[in-house]
Amino acid sequence: MNRATRGPQVLSEHVGSLKSRVGGFVPGSHVAFRGCDLHGELKDMEWLALYVFGITGRRFSAAQVRLVNAIWSYTSYPDARLWNNRVAALAGSARSTGNLGMSAALAVSEASIYGRGIDIRAIEFLLGARRCEEAGGSLEDYARTELAARRSIAGYGRPLTSVDERIAPILALARELGLADGDHLRLAYRIEEMLLSGRWRLKLNYAGVVAALCADLGFSRREYYLFSFPAFLAGMAPCYLDAVERPEGTLFPVPCRMVRYEGVAPRTWHPASRDAA
Amino acid sequence: MGLVQGAIVSEEVIRTRIWHEEPEPDNPFAAKTAYCHGYDVYGDMLGRARWSEMVYLLFRGEAPAPAEADLLETLAVALANPGPRDPSVHAAMCGGTCGSPAASSLMAALAVGAGNLSGGREVLAAMEGWEACGTDLEAWRGRFANPPQTAISVWPASEHPPGFDPHGMAAATPVLQALERLATLSPGPRLAWLARHRPQLEALAGCPLAFSGVAAAAFADLGMATEAGEMLYLLLRLPGAAAHALEQRGYGHKKFPFFSIEFDMAGEAS
Repeated sequence: MNRATRGPQVLSEHVGSLKSRVGGFVPGSHVAFRGCDLHGELKDMEWLALYVFGITGRRFSAAQVRLVNAIWSYTSYPDARLWNNRVAALAGSARSTGNLGMSAALAVSEASIYGRGIDIRAIEFLLGARRCEEAGGSLEDYARTELAARRSIAGYGRPLTSVDERIAPILALARELGLADGDHLRLAYRIEEMLLSGRWRLKLNYAGVVAALCADLGFSRREYYLFSFPAFLAGMAPCYLDAVERPEGTLFPVPCRMVRYEGVAPRTWHPASRDAA
Repeated sequence: MGLVQGAIVSEEVIRTRIWHEEPEPDNPFAAKTAYCHGYDVYGDMLGRARWSEMVYLLFRGEAPAPAEADLLETLAVALANPGPRDPSVHAAMCGGTCGSPAASSLMAALAVGAGNLSGGREVLAAMEGWEACGTDLEAWRGRFANPPQTAISVWPASEHPPGFDPHGMAAATPVLQALERLATLSPGPRLAWLARHRPQLEALAGCPLAFSGVAAAAFADLGMATEAGEMLYLLLRLPGAAAHALEQRGYGHKKFPFFSIEFDMAGEAS
């Protein structure tokens, strides 16, 4: 057992007090935010810049903030058919609160086929690919290993369609801002070329592009994961509102015929325990 | 799937092997009957089936044998309230004490109680251990010596052997009481084997058995898939979180700890 991080003594050292490296507030005085006065030094910082500063502890240029802002905007779809948005909308239709609906919608955005589950794998794949190349390894072997282990490569392919309408605008903006020449983005496209020419037929998708752009901004895996958290949020509120303003229960009502039962035939319940006792 | 614009005359269906409803003759949105894995829930089961039997049926697709129902019911009692010191209940109380919606307290309990420390993810990982090692002590020895590599995911990496308490000195009395009681009830081999080999396993793990480890063995003895064990663990710990959230709503935030703060160097504003 590692006594430095385990055992009741470690817990005892932390009783009753918050030990903070990131800040806190002194009532009536000031708020410390990563070593800065929130209402002083940081008072004019845009919210998104503050959010990214809170995650990374680093300050980003106006161009970089504009790019990461667009990364969110371009994937904010007010379409309640999308699985996460549907949660927010169903909350509205069932007359729950907007906060609950959107919190749950963000929670389910941590999916394995889209959202946070893909984001964290996508950036790790690219960061790992770079490490592999720097160590003199083969990208093809690296990709093959990932496919063997996970049966997919995050950032390549798309669950719904093969054409990703978000890629052209985000790359255009990145070029305009001078942020489209990073090593990870170039690497992402070289990998795409390899995956398309081989038998895999996998195209770089939006998650892969933005993971590469953010890796080029210096985001670590965990920083990128936390940065991505509200990515779909702007599309969720309209879905909730649209549903809450329509007659209750009218979002995706499901008649009995729309549920296809594929289980066992009717049978008689034989009480297992109480009647037998 | 219907991704084209405009009105969709949908032929899409929800598929299920669990639930079958027949509509009332005058309303396709109202069920006249509801069958769970073939059993008539309201016409046949209600009043005759225990809650634990219904839960087992939902997850396993078959009615439990009496011993299985007893084991699940007893496990549900053991897990019902982790108590106010538990982080998941603490989170629920944060919702309750300031008057947040009931659902937010349960969502808070689920989120905090989902992870690798005493949470649902830990139960899943511990159940994977049972899948891999069964009741083979040598296999467990190998697993503790060389833990399986976990793929990069949204979950933080596990920092201790799943099912064991990194902050414990010895297995807590309620953990031992639960293990002993559940082992006597279980129709499966794992709980009894765990009770017999606990000292060796704790020595290999470097820390004592935790509730999550007992629960994992119980779910495995009940034949639950690892993902089902994770879900059930999340579910069965909610009653206590709910009750404590409601209680703190009554006390109010002024009687709930706010704690002091100690700034590390970088945390304080200059």
